[in-house]
Amino acid sequence: MPVIFITDFLIFLLLFGSIAFFLYARKQEHLTAPWKEIKKQPLAMSSAVILSFFIIFGLLDSAHFHPRIETDEKSENVYSNEILSVLDLLLKDLRLKTEKTYSAPLASYSFSKELIELEDGKKIRDYPRLLYGGANLDNPKTDSTSDIIKRISLGFLYGLLISSVIILLIIFSLSKVRNEKFIITLKKCLSKNLETNWMSIFITMSILFIVIAVIYHLSQNYHVFGTDKVGQDVLYQALKSIRTGLVIGTLTTLVMLPFAIAMGLMAGYFRGWVDDVIQYLYTTLNSIPGVLLIAASILLLQVYISNHANDFNSIEQRADLRLLFLCIILGITSWTGLCRLLRAETLKLREIDYVQAAKAFGVSNYKVMLQHLLPNVMHIVMISIVLDFSGLVLAEAVLSYINIGVDPSMYSWGNMINSARLEMAREPIVWWSLTAAFIFMFILVLAANLFSDAVRDAFDPRLREF
Amino acid sequence: MISYILRRAMYAIPILIGVNIITFVLFFVVNTPDDMARMHLGMKRVSEAAIVKWKDERGYNKPVLFNHSANGAKKITETIFFQNSVKLFIFDFGRSDSGRDIGYDISQRMWPSLAITIPSLIVGLLSYISFGLILAFFRGTYVDISGVILCVIMMSISGLFYIIGGQYLIGKFLHLVPISGYDTGLNAVKFVFLPVLVGLIGGIGASTRWYRTIFLEEMNKDYVRTARAKGLSELRILYRHVLTNGLIPILTGVVVILPSLFIGSLIVESFFAIPGLGSYTIDAINRQDFAIVRSMVFLGSVLYIIGLILTDISYTLVDPRVRLN
Repeated sequence: MPVIFITDFLIFLLLFGSIAFFLYARKQEHLTAPWKEIKKQPLAMSSAVILSFFIIFGLLDSAHFHPRIETDEKSENVYSNEILSVLDLLLKDLRLKTEKTYSAPLASYSFSKELIELEDGKKIRDYPRLLYGGANLDNPKTDSTSDIIKRISLGFLYGLLISSVIILLIIFSLSKVRNEKFIITLKKCLSKNLETNWMSIFITMSILFIVIAVIYHLSQNYHVFGTDKVGQDVLYQALKSIRTGLVIGTLTTLVMLPFAIAMGLMAGYFRGWVDDVIQYLYTTLNSIPGVLLIAASILLLQVYISNHANDFNSIEQRADLRLLFLCIILGITSWTGLCRLLRAETLKLREIDYVQAAKAFGVSNYKVMLQHLLPNVMHIVMISIVLDFSGLVLAEAVLSYINIGVDPSMYSWGNMINSARLEMAREPIVWWSLTAAFIFMFILVLAANLFSDAVRDAFDPRLREF
Repeated sequence: MISYILRRAMYAIPILIGVNIITFVLFFVVNTPDDMARMHLGMKRVSEAAIVKWKDERGYNKPVLFNHSANGAKKITETIFFQNSVKLFIFDFGRSDSGRDIGYDISQRMWPSLAITIPSLIVGLLSYISFGLILAFFRGTYVDISGVILCVIMMSISGLFYIIGGQYLIGKFLHLVPISGYDTGLNAVKFVFLPVLVGLIGGIGASTRWYRTIFLEEMNKDYVRTARAKGLSELRILYRHVLTNGLIPILTGVVVILPSLFIGSLIVESFFAIPGLGSYTIDAINRQDFAIVRSMVFLGSVLYIIGLILTDISYTLVDPRVRLN
């Protein structure tokens, strides 16, 4: 039985919105030309591939449902109270294979010593075997290294195989579209003779597929990133955090976009008192330190939630409301920058002849803004969407660290780092939670940074960082 | 000049009133004092009497906007709005929800904050400008390209990892300085070292790249071409012409944050256990002390607005092309 959270709804709205915008932009020369530029850049295309992998994970994690409980009678469907996503279903192994407590990455033995009763009744203190890590091995102390190497090489081969098949399929369909022989398209791809830099896409894709296949093969029998305090797989947490990061990075911009665009255009177009009011509004909001405004708002949300505890059906729903609220608050603190840019650009555009001509023909103000101004400031909007993304993902971690971020029950890299703080003080230290959060965040943010640089350079050569 | 400053200060008043109204609405209208009391005293089965007592102790028992039962001017002054929001304008912060004098706490706690933020600012500014100049000097070469790549990589790492990494390295292996805490007087130096260093490293990526862009922009201008044509050495052009002109946007960017240095950094202070205003705010957030958070929101806005005014003034001082109007 499907469950739709508000953020799920917004994510899919955003997805369809982007598809619709893409279809619209395909016909607009001034919006397609910069993308052609971006398609040629190897770094930008590699980042785009990485980002789309993250997005796929995020989308899979955004389709929620109540799983059906298997019962004997076939007459009625009974649904569990638990809320799962499609990603949970795919990662069933990772989700359900929980150990007792900490275990190191790829370990077969527990992290801490316990009292174990031997078969002859004697009790010793030793590291017990894990429930799932290395469970297939009779003697992990000697066999585990060779088993791990075997699995890595197997994963490598599978990854290579899958990626080559997909790459060949892409080239094949390309050759069909271009009406060429397969070999010619292949040669063109290799010699980078096409509009898109397919070479870098293929290389990044192969690497990603190989990594995923290796991790998949290892995770069949091990905890690739170890387990946390309650024995949950860290890799699973890191993968679940992807959605949180993406939601914060994209929905925040989506929420503020209508306001920023409407206000920016109105201030620049009408000038006079409208401009004064809007400027006053954003200067006032801007002068409140962002972190403090977020802190104050989240505090108030907590008061609201604790006083209306009965209104929420599940913990997930409450966490989701808080996530949405965080997006809105982050949006309120960040729309001012875009609004100011749009105002300045509109001030310039409104004096240009075609706008003056439209006004002379008696086109209504609303129509002038929608048809003549909006399409011409679209590039600024696009640049600001991609530029804001990485900053927002980083902000989520910091906010969660000071307890004003997402709900503590929600999987997020910030919460992982937050809980890892105490683990760093242990001896020997528990480093894997932190490492997993670091790797995932770093890859996502780096890819987003590289991609946004390319987008900015292509759309606005004036801002180019030489 | 004086009239200009006065005019700018006058412009700040409506903004401050706006901030004040926003904080008032956030803290007293969206959630009433009753809600706060219930939250503090525990969610359920709170007696009405306990809520009234909680509100009495903190002065939240007055009407919100207009006191019908009082006489004369007290109709206005004996209200939550006047007592808790309007009084912020004369920096009367009142008492925190746990009963401490917020104004006194702020005056005590701003010094440790300044001890961290001022060295961070100075050291940071000097190193970022130097790195930016070096990259601009070697523009287009491998030094420049690898520098920019390094900057992008460093930008992509969350500041939290720099702090955790710094504490771990220094605390576990090097044992040079304590990893957290604070002391008064000269003893503070060893506690200040690590936060400043971590802050410096955390900011390198974004700032260096930004300063490099500023310098490169200046380098493409006509006066630099003229200087080259005169036969000046590249180094001299860089220091005498590019640096001085590039400093204008950099300085004005710094001036705006100068007043906010008092508030300190929330994250750095709480990680390194510095008893400054940043950790004061964090503690208040965690204890859900609304009075302190409200005061800090207002104080932060005031300091930011002062920063804006200072920026405008500094523009006119540094760049004679900017007119006062």
